[in-house]
Amino acid sequence: MPFIVRRLAFYLVAAWVAITANFFIPRAMPGNPVESVVAKYPNLTPDAIKALELMLGGGQQGSLWSQYVTYLGHVFTFNFGADIANFPTPVSSLLAQTIPWTLTLVGVATVIAFAAGTGLGILAGWRHGGWLDRSLPGLMFLQAVPYFFLALVLVDVVGVELHWLPTGQGYNGAATQPGWDWAFIASAVQHAVLPAFTIVITSVAGWMLQMRNVMITTIGEDYVVAAQAKGLPSRRVIYTYAARNALLPQLQGFGLALGFVVSGALVMEIVFAYPGIGLLLLNAVSSDDYPLMQAIFLVITFTVLVANLIVDMVIVFFDPRVRAREATR
Amino acid sequence: MRTLAGIWRNLPLKAKAGAVLFGVFALAAIIGPEVAPYDPSYANPDPSLLMARPSAQHLLGTTQTGQDVLSQLLVGIRLTIELALLVGIIATALSVAVGVTSAFLGGVWDEILSLVSNVFLVIPALPLLILVLGYLPQKGQLPTIIVLSVLGWPWGARVIRAQTLMVRSRDFIAASRESGEKAWRIIAFEIIPNEVSLIAASFVNTVLYAIGTSVALAFVGLTDLNSWSLGTILYWAQSQQALQLGAWWWFVPPGLAVALIGTSLVLLNVGIDELGNPRLRASRGAAKVAGRRVWATDPTPVLAQLTAGRGRLAAFARSFSRSSLIDETPAGGELR
Repeated sequence: MPFIVRRLAFYLVAAWVAITANFFIPRAMPGNPVESVVAKYPNLTPDAIKALELMLGGGQQGSLWSQYVTYLGHVFTFNFGADIANFPTPVSSLLAQTIPWTLTLVGVATVIAFAAGTGLGILAGWRHGGWLDRSLPGLMFLQAVPYFFLALVLVDVVGVELHWLPTGQGYNGAATQPGWDWAFIASAVQHAVLPAFTIVITSVAGWMLQMRNVMITTIGEDYVVAAQAKGLPSRRVIYTYAARNALLPQLQGFGLALGFVVSGALVMEIVFAYPGIGLLLLNAVSSDDYPLMQAIFLVITFTVLVANLIVDMVIVFFDPRVRAREATR
Repeated sequence: MRTLAGIWRNLPLKAKAGAVLFGVFALAAIIGPEVAPYDPSYANPDPSLLMARPSAQHLLGTTQTGQDVLSQLLVGIRLTIELALLVGIIATALSVAVGVTSAFLGGVWDEILSLVSNVFLVIPALPLLILVLGYLPQKGQLPTIIVLSVLGWPWGARVIRAQTLMVRSRDFIAASRESGEKAWRIIAFEIIPNEVSLIAASFVNTVLYAIGTSVALAFVGLTDLNSWSLGTILYWAQSQQALQLGAWWWFVPPGLAVALIGTSLVLLNVGIDELGNPRLRASRGAAKVAGRRVWATDPTPVLAQLTAGRGRLAAFARSFSRSSLIDETPAGGELR
């Protein structure tokens, strides 16, 4: 079976586990979530309550199996019902409003952090024991800083004290409206600088440390010694021989690290009041908006799975061994 | 005692630094609540003590309701470290159980257990934790410990499984099998002792995960907000507008504490890594050879120095260069 098909099958299983967990968690928990929602929001229509029961269990809905099948059907058509805190706005339209913000921010910042960390890791590994390598403990401190705490400090210093950059919201709502015009994009980029900086600063050390370690191991390999013995320029030995091979474990780690970055970024959005899915999730949590929480969990999981699949495709592109193994089968 | 001192002396510098730093916070966790100058929840009604800057009476200032930040910190460190260590112990025990079982049984069971760990590795943990804890009517220390432990084992299980597969194929395991050892004896006395450093690394990693995640969860409000942990201090600071009012003394100390505990754990982990792979230890950097800074990865230093800039002869001499001519590891038995 080709590598990509095998990975795709694995992500489908992971998606199914997430969907199923999403179905059973509210049913397995003590207490009746539907009752607590109805108690909190008394003006829900009977239709909405019925939709809630389908989502969260309770009421007379037939067997667990038939509930599960109906639920699966709804998930596949992205029908997450109406939101209860902002009734009757559909949950899916709330998601559609917030996802682009988070996706752009986290995507761009992660790619920058990955590229910068990998580059620094190559240099630190090559000049093992040099100043860059010895600065690692300092970078580890940055890695251990919680995203949201760095965000708090940045807002305090750069925003409140120095007034250099805006510290809240995704764009200047008083001056522009979302759209593909220059004023809006400029405003959005300006508002994204601090959040993106937070992600880059806290995640760059992790990439760097990993790349450095793999580089050091790779440099000891015979083919690198042979390349040096041939008298190839250092630049060529570093990038074409050592770094290119050291990059593969780095890429494999990318998929797993993505979950951490996303988790950190979600909480960080709260500090910046960034109009992404993390802030939406916080509001859902504080108002017991269960359908929204569930939909957000699914959407985040699906996005991470798709990102992993893309990384797998990149690995196939970079690693001839994966392709060769397929050809011989 | 001599062996303990010996182990300590052989630890990489990073591990020592990490251990000392973590020790400071562990000490604060043990004696903190006893030495805290005030009751962390006591709201001093004195209007001059609302959001007061750090002073001699209140070394880290006060909150908006007149509570002493230092006392909150000293009490809060205990709850956070206690939670993280408990999660570390439970989740690592689960990792070892799953990883060793998986590698030892092999076949279908291995496939299933590996699939389960991989699935839980790829699903982002925090949104799932928020979902589970969001449904719990009773939030607090114990539910958080249970949920974090149940979701925190897959990474360790994966690493330990790989290591077990390797150890299992060694000759001494085959020998003890041939001599009729029972499976549990082989696991407990032959395999696990060979994985101690890996289990330690897995434990440190899990504690790190537990601290980061529990603080984030508390910051979101998914914990018992009447108890004092580093996360709840940050939650109250955020929700009572410490940031907008410029009360840095309120949110910087708890955040810094989290970051420093995290740093100590990362240092410990990197140190453990270096113990197992001495190559990763920082070498002494560039060496001086014939008055020139030369790196371990440079072409043969002596030849390069002698023949620098001599055209074809230089190129010819360089072609014999090998990085291994300079010893990468400092003298003194690194490869223990």
